[in-house]
Amino acid sequence: MSISRSLTSLLLLCLLVLAPMAQAQSTDSEATALLQALADSSYAQKKDVIAEIAGSGDERARGWLEAFANGKLSRIEDSGQFVIVLSNRGRNWTVADALSGESLGEVSRRDLDSIRINNALRNELDGILSVIDLTVANPDTRLAAARDLRGEVDAPLAERIDGLLQTEDNSDVRAALTKALAIYQVEQGDVAAVAILDGSLNARARVALNGAAQSDDPELAAAAAQALKNIETKLKINSAAETLYFGLSLGSVLVLAAIGLAITFGVMGVINMAHGELIMLGAYTTWGMQQLLPGQPGLALILSIPAGFLVAALAGIAIERSVIQHLKGRPLETLLATFGVSLILQQLVRTVISPLNRTVITPEWMSGSLMVNEALSLTLNRLYVIGFALVVFAGLMLIMRKTRLGLEVRAVTQNRAMARSMGIKATRVDILTFGLGSGVAGLAGVALSQITNVGPNLGQSYIIDSFMVVVFGGVGNLWGTLVAGLSLGTINQVLEPWAGAVLAKIVVLVFIILFIQKRPRGLFPQKGRAAEG
Amino acid sequence: MVASTLNTSKPWLLRPFNERSTQLFLGILFGAVALVTLLHLVFPEGHALHVSAYTVTLLGKYLCYALLAVAVDLVWGFLGILSLGHGAFFALGGYAMGMYLMRQIGDRGVYGDPVLPDFMVFLNWQELPWFWHGFDMAWFAFAMVLLAPGLLALVFGFLAFRSRVTGVYLSIITQALTFALMLAFFRNEMGFGGNNGLTDFKDILGFDLRSDATRLGLFIATGIALAIGYVICRGIVLSKLGRVSVACRDAEARTRFIGYRVDRVQLFVFVVSAMLAGVAGALYVPQVGIINPSEFSPLFSIEVVVWVALGGRATLYGAVIGALLVNYAKTVFTGVMPDAWLFALGGLFVLVTVLLPKGIAGLLQRRKKAEDSDNVAGQEVTA
Repeated sequence: MSISRSLTSLLLLCLLVLAPMAQAQSTDSEATALLQALADSSYAQKKDVIAEIAGSGDERARGWLEAFANGKLSRIEDSGQFVIVLSNRGRNWTVADALSGESLGEVSRRDLDSIRINNALRNELDGILSVIDLTVANPDTRLAAARDLRGEVDAPLAERIDGLLQTEDNSDVRAALTKALAIYQVEQGDVAAVAILDGSLNARARVALNGAAQSDDPELAAAAAQALKNIETKLKINSAAETLYFGLSLGSVLVLAAIGLAITFGVMGVINMAHGELIMLGAYTTWGMQQLLPGQPGLALILSIPAGFLVAALAGIAIERSVIQHLKGRPLETLLATFGVSLILQQLVRTVISPLNRTVITPEWMSGSLMVNEALSLTLNRLYVIGFALVVFAGLMLIMRKTRLGLEVRAVTQNRAMARSMGIKATRVDILTFGLGSGVAGLAGVALSQITNVGPNLGQSYIIDSFMVVVFGGVGNLWGTLVAGLSLGTINQVLEPWAGAVLAKIVVLVFIILFIQKRPRGLFPQKGRAAEG
Repeated sequence: MVASTLNTSKPWLLRPFNERSTQLFLGILFGAVALVTLLHLVFPEGHALHVSAYTVTLLGKYLCYALLAVAVDLVWGFLGILSLGHGAFFALGGYAMGMYLMRQIGDRGVYGDPVLPDFMVFLNWQELPWFWHGFDMAWFAFAMVLLAPGLLALVFGFLAFRSRVTGVYLSIITQALTFALMLAFFRNEMGFGGNNGLTDFKDILGFDLRSDATRLGLFIATGIALAIGYVICRGIVLSKLGRVSVACRDAEARTRFIGYRVDRVQLFVFVVSAMLAGVAGALYVPQVGIINPSEFSPLFSIEVVVWVALGGRATLYGAVIGALLVNYAKTVFTGVMPDAWLFALGGLFVLVTVLLPKGIAGLLQRRKKAEDSDNVAGQEVTA
């Protein structure tokens, strides 16, 4: 029952799609007749023939008329076959059959009879070509063409659009056409058309309304002013949404950079100033991966997620074993020693790779942007980073809450001696935890490589911010890190238009400094026994 | 209670002079300064024993760093506060001095404006911002050298110590402080010359800054400032306040419960240290001839801590040794193989903290202790 129903609907769908195409396609003999008429008639008559071709609804019509406008529509003298010249260099020109589109290879220039055109016809053609896409079968093409018309409409075009509106059955295309027409009508002083443009985010529509608002007709001016006001409100909402998006995007970068630190500093209590350099290592892993797999930036990027984690985790474990374990219980010394490590790592990258920034390619599926409406478009790479940050956060949360390792980590942090006497290998837990935190830093680096420059100073620019996020959120609290990162990012972006990027950053820093005075243990302080450590 | 003992016990500043280590330190310092002065003045240029004006200025710069290191050691070594933002106080003192030197240029700048410094003319500023007024007077500028860092330390310290922000948190927010100031001073709109800072100085107190005599004078002044700073710090350490601050370092909660106002002790010592750092910065600027926002960079502040760590924390003279050694090494390294300097510095951070927790001074003390126990058993060693 259900299968047959879905089959029926599928069939219906096919019919719906195919029907207009069948209608639109004229037969080859009709088309040849039209082209013949175009070739043989006088300039005055050609105008009518052009209109006829354009109105035929044939999908190939655009190709013919474009070729004709460029002087590339020709007839082979002997056979009378119509061709489109693809390349007109040299003695022999490459041509394709105008009807079938088949390539006919090279034909001597002398055998070709070009169909003549003059400037008056060219102008006429320009107007027709601008609406010819409105008559094709594909509704997407029609919609795009209708959108392109906004602000370009003149008197003859307005008439054409009026005619097209009678037959257009796609509601989106209708709306776009109506709007395009309304812009023209408002420019001509039509009050009724103002209502159509009300709430439109299109720049050309605003230009038209602005013009109307200056007009002498008080009714028109008032209506236009009201419409403009509504548009302003709508724009404000959109720009607020955009700010929020940028804020979340910056925030998710901060969360990514800080979340590893939230493990090593927050949970283990180890101050790792080389955290930023672990992020840098992750970013360089992405770059290295792309060098290994040239031409496949997407695959390289996906492979660098585990690779970046591994590289940074191993580096982190090496740091833990060689330096940090000797400084247990001396947090300030740990801070200094790991800072030394960070200097060494930075200089290592400068010496071994290059002091200059490296370019990491953004794969195609990550570039571009998502258009929400005409005033709001979201860049894809940042969208991916936001998603990635959330996934990493969720993963870490799972590990800390639901796995044996997470349990052991929490036990060792709360009471090392007790945990050890319960049979937990504290050293092993230290290594694994530090590796995990460092690995996450590597993941942050992979993500950052897509939105900032990859250079030796990459880590340095994030280390202070990361510590701020962790301290602001509350040490030892992963949720705190998430909330702190996202809110700091948003605050920063909200302040930026008023204060400028640098001042916004300063304000945020000062805010955190003051906040810590008020609540030394951050937004979400730890409670109970863990707080005593 | 603490404050009253401070005000009435007058001889606290004289107490260090009875101490062997201070006598030795001052002896060596003045001896070295006198020797350099003599070698510079007596021997003509080109002579093997001649110390060039360049070297004199370089040594003066090292002494400024040494004073800064002493200031850091006072708060880190004796108060337990690891400040990663002392560079900010250093730079503020430097900027106060720089502003004075800027105003001394007068109409000898590139644009020849009698009042506005060159960078303001360049930015099309019409009049002097309010905070630049008064810096044409030496006494005002020199007061600001102490007041500007002191005030910042007072406000920052008041907020931080009152809320009992200590340990790593304090370190990180001091770092954030200097980072925020660096970003702020990089802005042209702040009115401190932005990226380029203040430079092109002509003279100080009427003396030409480019003449050898002025340079020598500044070097000697720096030596004296270091001596005074050292004696002040040593005096504080030996006073009752110093004992309390060491108690705060080792057991903050216990000290509080005994009845001491820990936050006030911390605040006082912190402000004194900031002022010393400011003086160091003020002496540094005329000798190097420029002050720009890079002095605020967190890296510089943390480097200072490593000088102290290398020399030996909580000894004061160790801080001086560390500052001189590291900076001499830096001069040599950056000249011979510039790439290797960060490796060396980073390695130093790691090695000192892991292998040499008490620094060079710790090594010296261990030897001294061994000798002492050989000679007179049980004699107390002042730490």
